[in-house]
Amino acid sequence: MANDVWVYIEHKDGAVSPMSFELLGIGKQLADGFGSSVCAFVIGDKVDDLAKEAFAFGASKVYVVEGEVFKGFRGEAYAKAAAFLLEKYKPEAALFRGTSMGTDVSAAAAAQLGFGLCTDAIGLAVDGGKLKMTRAAFGGNYSVSVVNEKAVPQIATVRPKAFAMPEKDASKSGEVVKEPFSLADSDIATKVVEFIQSAVAVNLVEADIIVSGGRGLGNEDGFAMIKELADILGGAVGASRAAVDSEWIPYEHQVGQTGKTVKPKIYIACGISGAIQHLAGMRTSDCIVAINKDPDAPIFKAASFGIVGDYKQIVPKMIEKFKAKLNR
Amino acid sequence: MKIAVCLKQVPDTEAEIKWDIPKGALSREGMDSITNPFDEFALEEAILTKENYDGEIVAVSMGPDKATDVLRNALALTVDQVYLLSDDAFAGSDTYSTAYVLASAIKKIGDVDVVFTGKQSTDGNTGVVGAELAAILGFSQLTYVSKVREIDAGGKKIVVERAIEGGVEVIEAKLPAVVSVIKGINEPRLPNLMGIRKASKVEIPKWSAGDLGVDASKVGAAGASTKVVEIAVPPPRGAGEILSGEVEDIANMITDKLIDLKVIK
Repeated sequence: MANDVWVYIEHKDGAVSPMSFELLGIGKQLADGFGSSVCAFVIGDKVDDLAKEAFAFGASKVYVVEGEVFKGFRGEAYAKAAAFLLEKYKPEAALFRGTSMGTDVSAAAAAQLGFGLCTDAIGLAVDGGKLKMTRAAFGGNYSVSVVNEKAVPQIATVRPKAFAMPEKDASKSGEVVKEPFSLADSDIATKVVEFIQSAVAVNLVEADIIVSGGRGLGNEDGFAMIKELADILGGAVGASRAAVDSEWIPYEHQVGQTGKTVKPKIYIACGISGAIQHLAGMRTSDCIVAINKDPDAPIFKAASFGIVGDYKQIVPKMIEKFKAKLNR
Repeated sequence: MKIAVCLKQVPDTEAEIKWDIPKGALSREGMDSITNPFDEFALEEAILTKENYDGEIVAVSMGPDKATDVLRNALALTVDQVYLLSDDAFAGSDTYSTAYVLASAIKKIGDVDVVFTGKQSTDGNTGVVGAELAAILGFSQLTYVSKVREIDAGGKKIVVERAIEGGVEVIEAKLPAVVSVIKGINEPRLPNLMGIRKASKVEIPKWSAGDLGVDASKVGAAGASTKVVEIAVPPPRGAGEILSGEVEDIANMITDKLIDLKVIK
C-alpha cells in the first residue's frame, strides 16, 4: 500500500543479527499511526531465510531483490536496487539502520530519487499524516525535528538501539514479493577485493555495555583494566578523544563528536571529564556510570551513578565484585 | 591527475552553540569558525595524492563569504585553485541540495579523477553528502575510507580500505570516484608562514547559482525537502546519584545496581 512503512534489513553476505530487524518494532508503531502495514525489504544473493525471519519480527510483507550481482555488499549496487523498489512502490517512509551499510544505501538511494533524508533519528512519530523525525544536534544540547515534505518516501536512518527490539514470534508468516531487478556486473564501478576481520572486534555501535577510558587513566596501561572490566561484562571498550590522541588506543574505539555515536544500555566512563564533544557521542545511553577524581567534572551532570574517586582503586574492586556475584 | 576536495566551514567545536529557537537558525554572532575537522583529513589526503602521483588540486567550499577563510587555508597548503560556492539562494540547503551544488561545481571544474570529502561535518553531522555526491555525479562511492592504497589515473582505477563494522574492507573501484575519509587516515599538516602570506593576497573566485547553472528550485530553503518543524532543548537527564563511602561499599553498590538492570548476560 502506498502509505506503508518499509524497513530495510541489512545483512553481511546473508548473515544477520537480531539487530538487523530492530526497526520492525518502531516501523510497526508508525504503520499503526498511518493505518498501514510495516513491510521489510531485502537486497542480496539467496536471502530467502532472511525474509522468513523478518516475518517473525513483525513484517507483514517482504520485498526481495535477489541476484548474484548482489553477492557481497556494494553500496552502489544496493542503492540502485533500493531506489528501484522505493520508486516503484512509493511507501510513506523507509527506515534504515544508521550503520555504515544503512547510511551508504539510504543516502545514495535518496540522491538517485532526488531528495534529502534525515540521518541518525532518535525519535520517530506520525504527525499530521507525515513522519516526524527527531535528531540530536550540537552535542545533544538541542533536538531538531524535521518533516520531509516533498520526498516520497520519507527516508530516515535511525541510531542503532534508539528503539526497542520487537518481540520474535516464529509462527508468523507473510507474503514474499520477489522483484525482478538486475544489474550487469560491469555497470558497478566497485569491487570488493577482501575483508580483513578486525583482530579485536570493536563494534561499539552494537554493544549493550561499553566501558570507556579517558585522559584520567594517565597512560595506556590503564586500558588493560578497562578491557578486563569490559570483558567480564561482555562489553566493548570505548575511549575519549584525549585518550585516542595520546595514542593509548586506536581511533576505532573513540566515542564522541569525531568518533562513534553510541547508545548502549550501560556506559561506564572512567577518567573521562565529559567535554561536550564526548557527551555528544554517548549522552543518550540508558545508564551512565561516571568514575572521576574531580567532583566538578561535567560527566557527573550526565551520569546516572557518579563515583568520585580514583579508577585505579574502584575498577579493580568492581571487577572483583562482578566476578564473585556473576560467578565468572 | 585532477583532484578536487570539498571543504566546509563549521563553528569551532569548542564553541558553545546557541540556537535562536524562534527563528530556527544558528546564532552565529561571536562564534569562531574553523575548517570542519574531518575535511582537514580530506585536504591532507588530496595533498598527499598530489605529492605521490602529481596533479592539481581544486578546493571548493559552499557557504557565506566568511567561508573564504577555509579556502585561504587550503591555498596556504599548496592547493592550486579554489572556488567559493556562494549565493543567497543556497541558504537553508539540505543534504541533497548541498550535494547537488557541490556536484555542479565538480562538473564545472571538469575532468576530475577523484573528489575527497570528510566523512561528516561536525555541525550538521549527517555524514551523507559524500555518498549523495557520488550518486549524483555517477562516480564510484567510497565511504569511510581509512587508507588509499593506490590510484592509477591512467588505468582509471583506485584501491582503498574502508573501516566498517567489524573490520576493514578493501575495495577496488573505477575512477572517477568520491572518497570520503575518516579521522586518522593521515596527519594533517599546518600551513607555513610564507604560504599564509601568499594566500592572504589571493582574490578568491566565487561561483553563484547562475555560474554553476543550478536549478534554483532545487537549492536552498526553497529546494530543501527536509523542513525543520521543531527545535527543542531536550529535558536534562534526571539528577544522578553520587555513590559515596569506602571503596569496598561503593563497589558493592554499583555492581548490585548494574546487575539489577538485567543487561549483563
